[in-house]
Amino acid sequence: MRKTIVSAAIAVAALTAGAVAIAAETVTASESEQKPPHRHWHFEGPFGTYDRAAAQRGYQVYAEVCSACHSLQLLAYRNLMELDLTENQVKSLIKDIQVPDLGDDGQPIERPARLSDSFRKPFANPAIAAAANNGKAPPDLSVMIKAREDGPDYVHGILTGYVPFDKLTPEQIKEFNLTKDDNFNKYYPGHRIAMPPPLADDKVTYADGTKATLDQEASDVVEFLAWASEPKMEDRKRTGVRVILFLLAMAGLMYAVKRQVWADKH
Amino acid sequence: MASSSIPAGGHVDPTRRDFLMVATGAMGAIGTIAVAWPFINNLNPAADTLALSTVEVNVAPVQVGQAITVKWRGKPLFIRHRTPEEIKAAEAVPMSELRDPQTDNSRVTDTAKKVRPEWLIMIGVCTHLGCVPLGNNPGDPKGEFGGWFCPCHGSMYDTSGRIRKGPAPLNLAIPGYLFTSDTLVRVG
Amino acid sequence: MASSHGTPPVFNNKVIAWIDHRLPIFSYMEKEYHHFPTPRNFNYFWNFGAIATVMLVLMIATGIVLATNYTPHTTMAFDSVERIMRDVPSGWLIRYLHMTGASFFFIAVYIHIFRGLYYGSYKSPRELLWILGVVILLLMMATAFMGYVLPWGQMSFWGATVITSLFTAIPVVGDSITTWLWGGFAIDNPTLNRFYALHYLLPFVIVGVVALHVVALHVHGSNNPLGIDVKGPQDTVPFHPYYTMKDGFGLMVFLIIYAGFAFFAPNYLGDPANYIQANPLATPTHIVPEWYFLPFYAILRAIPNKLGGVLAMFGSIAVLFVLPWLDTSRVRSASFRPIYKWFVFVLVADVFLLGVCGANPPEGWYVPLAQIGTLYYFFHFLILLPVLGKIERPLPLPPSIADAVLKKNAG
Repeated sequence: MRKTIVSAAIAVAALTAGAVAIAAETVTASESEQKPPHRHWHFEGPFGTYDRAAAQRGYQVYAEVCSACHSLQLLAYRNLMELDLTENQVKSLIKDIQVPDLGDDGQPIERPARLSDSFRKPFANPAIAAAANNGKAPPDLSVMIKAREDGPDYVHGILTGYVPFDKLTPEQIKEFNLTKDDNFNKYYPGHRIAMPPPLADDKVTYADGTKATLDQEASDVVEFLAWASEPKMEDRKRTGVRVILFLLAMAGLMYAVKRQVWADKH
Repeated sequence: MASSSIPAGGHVDPTRRDFLMVATGAMGAIGTIAVAWPFINNLNPAADTLALSTVEVNVAPVQVGQAITVKWRGKPLFIRHRTPEEIKAAEAVPMSELRDPQTDNSRVTDTAKKVRPEWLIMIGVCTHLGCVPLGNNPGDPKGEFGGWFCPCHGSMYDTSGRIRKGPAPLNLAIPGYLFTSDTLVRVG
Repeated sequence: MASSHGTPPVFNNKVIAWIDHRLPIFSYMEKEYHHFPTPRNFNYFWNFGAIATVMLVLMIATGIVLATNYTPHTTMAFDSVERIMRDVPSGWLIRYLHMTGASFFFIAVYIHIFRGLYYGSYKSPRELLWILGVVILLLMMATAFMGYVLPWGQMSFWGATVITSLFTAIPVVGDSITTWLWGGFAIDNPTLNRFYALHYLLPFVIVGVVALHVVALHVHGSNNPLGIDVKGPQDTVPFHPYYTMKDGFGLMVFLIIYAGFAFFAPNYLGDPANYIQANPLATPTHIVPEWYFLPFYAILRAIPNKLGGVLAMFGSIAVLFVLPWLDTSRVRSASFRPIYKWFVFVLVADVFLLGVCGANPPEGWYVPLAQIGTLYYFFHFLILLPVLGKIERPLPLPPSIADAVLKKNAG
């Protein structure tokens, strides 16, 4: 009986693997997009954590570049304290930010941001955002890293995957019907992306002296956005280790008890 | 119940069996408590709720003799700009007449220990059963002591917000507050 | 309720005795979960009923707590789930346990169903027990489907649109039924509200049907790997402590795998598109349901006719209701059916194949593969089972469970 189950299980596995293999082949054949290369991230793996220094630099990139168009509406300024920044450091980071509110007379006003405020949105609503960006609103980035397949690699790929018009082959220009005003991105589905290249070498000047290469900026902002997408990740992994250790011990005990209970029946 | 049905197999050492049972039971109990905690903790105030627990109020527009009501932590906050007569009346009350003895001075001191008798800042919730007392608006009944009157069960508070008559046991509560300038007060 | 096996329980505790005299819950527990005579030869497949019960309780517990922070409104649903993930104390934990828990509830139930298929647990006198199980499966599917809509992501919205649009395939009244289901002209706030209400209600209906399932189980007792009836006390052991402890061990192993996913890969089984807020004006390029619906989704798409696809999909579950009468074999357990036992695994492979087809766009190879898979699925139940039962020669059955166990231990 046991042998039958094992061999049958192998048969099932083989059949399924065959089907998946055929499937995988058709998929690679049908997709023209390049997959962004896998990079190592500090937050990967069962014990990975966010690199705080990188995430702080990433916030600087977001604040100085991305935030002109992209909102981060699920975050509040108080959340920045989770990146090992003190209350006063966060307050000085946001001291020039004005957020919309209603005055005592009920009229709209702008006032300095508080820690409890959500991140300032670049556009008051999606319609305004779309109107200001050729009809397509720049997406919110709060959970962007979780909202794409292989999110960290994908976002890094998009940020670094632009090909300037003069570097494109005539075939590419023809195939994708490109003009000088279009943006070609290796990793964007369909390649024609509305967003102009947002980052470049020395686009920001890092306070900690890190050299601001394009790759560095992209990696840092991905680290920051990964944290923004899943701020409780470290807590989750820590809890997970404890839970699994407990369950392993409990399983061991239960197995011993079960064996003893059954000792006279075998 | 459990032990009665375990057949006493000759080859099983009873102390080892008991130890296993006790250890498993204890682990199970710990596990159950550990699982219960996140479910209970879940109902505590969330981080965004806690972040909003401080409000800053500009009291400059409140004239002498006027009062305003501000929402703070989901409750009304009374801010009264008291007249010199009201302050005098409040200070003159002997402690022996009070159900919940507190000096007027102690009720108008901010967290930096600075006393501002003209500003009385209180949580506007009757200490009886949680109604909002009247007395903040110009036309409101103020009760026999010129302060606040709770319409639910007739509790009366004086010009220092202290309970003087009616079923309420305690004075209106004073939150922690701090004047960051002469006209800007931060509550909570 | 008086015990037919052994002596009726006597309670030394006066309070318990007093209550039991008036409301015999203690006698009931003693009889049904302590002394209950259970075949002594269960393998670990028999753990999954208990495991599924635990998952049901866990899903209800986490669900109720999530409901205390969730807002069923199209403008706030997505953000309220993210607020649970970010600001609510332990919110991320409860949410991920619930999200991953749905998958593991289905894993437990699918293994439980496979166990029933392989060992013929649906055969007389357990036909109603099996049918109640299929009802539970249908209720679970409805609950899971509506629950998936609540986070109001792109996949929530478009999955709901596609599945509710199935009803438009019904001739004449299809459109009216769909409008009625939606409470409007598309999936919108009224739909979200009613799905939330039903997602909260149905789990308790499941609890009720599970209770009936257990009552039906305890009439004739469990089936067993040999598929033969219990002949006497030598064939059984009391449920407690023998199977409580064995179930407990199996449960711990299951929970380890579950915790592995919930804590270290909580989004692995989900779709990234559901972290994009629902947008009724833009369909994702590739709509897929959660993995546990993929085989049924493949059957739906395999038929090149709208109504036909819908009928085939519902038929694939409906056929399970009549399974006890489709299987004409005299023996229950596939262990004694030399031909059929291979076909059970072919069916499993077929369901996996359908799952792979369902996960991929209906292009190229997937179209014929899904069609073959669908054809085989119905062939298995409608033709193979009735015919094979007549022509197959089962192996000789052991005289009793005790006999088989003793022989196995000796050899």
